[in-house]
Amino acid sequence: MRPFLLKGIRMQVSVNGQNEEIEAQSLDSYLNSRLLLGHRIAVELNGEIVPKSQFSSVMLVEGDVLEIVHAIGGG
Amino acid sequence: MTDAIQVGSYTLKSRLLVGTGKYRDLDETGRAIKASGADVVTMAVRRTNLGQNPNEPHLLDVISPDHYTLLPNTAGCHTADDAVRTCRLARELLDGHNLVKLEVISKSRTLYPNVVETLSAARTLVEDRFEVMVYTSDDPLIAIELEAIGCVAVMPLGAPIGSGLGLQNTYNIREILDSLKVPVIVDAGVGTASDATVAMELGCDGVLMNTAIAEASDPVKMARAMRLAIESGRLAYEAGRMPRKRYADASSPETGLIE
Repeated sequence: MRPFLLKGIRMQVSVNGQNEEIEAQSLDSYLNSRLLLGHRIAVELNGEIVPKSQFSSVMLVEGDVLEIVHAIGGG
Repeated sequence: MTDAIQVGSYTLKSRLLVGTGKYRDLDETGRAIKASGADVVTMAVRRTNLGQNPNEPHLLDVISPDHYTLLPNTAGCHTADDAVRTCRLARELLDGHNLVKLEVISKSRTLYPNVVETLSAARTLVEDRFEVMVYTSDDPLIAIELEAIGCVAVMPLGAPIGSGLGLQNTYNIREILDSLKVPVIVDAGVGTASDATVAMELGCDGVLMNTAIAEASDPVKMARAMRLAIESGRLAYEAGRMPRKRYADASSPETGLIE
């Protein structure tokens, strides 16, 4: 179970290998703040894929590890 | 026009499959891929740049999933776990599209396929309902095993990735062709049009290439050359070449000569 959110609480998360301090928020709110919402991306949270349909219901918590990927050129 | 090729649940009109790496920019990528006439276009999955400008052009704007069959690869993966993880992210990225190019490469200077990890990843992916096109060595026994696991296409290398050396072991490629029912597509090693034609004349079902087009001085022109080379090689294979003879055999009648 993920704990209830207290607005304004700051926490450490890892995003694409970089540590970041962010405010407690939902995944879609975080992606929106990074201008990634609406783009073709895929998200893995602590090793599990988060389907796009669940972006708004997933709350980020202290220590979360996010991987956000997109398509680029390759052979 | 040559006949179509069936790869798993996909029917492909073109036997040329192309990559999208190493181009100068996305505009050149789009023009070269269009000129190649390819249906299947590979792409890589990488971390997003978090500081990126949201209006920057994106690969999928140029290579639209509506017009091409995208083939996400697992390039850069050295273990089965990394490759499987990458395929699952790709499937999510492309809204459930399940066709993938599995490649697990070594860290050596040859980037030679790690077939132990490749076999392991192929089993997991097939079980997870992916349609797996698999990059592998030109070992006929491994090719047979990958087909038995359920891969929809087996893709032996012609020569190391990006080397442009052309087919180095036509004996093995021929042996793989004789042993498998699923399409056999030469992936990697082609340097110029004649290399692609050699692969097709052997009876390969297709050729996948990237560097040979992208690193040509004029990639768009080379893409067209490759399109013609693939079609030409396939037609020659279908037509059936004449037998090789040791000595000359005159083309004009040897009778009715003036005296």
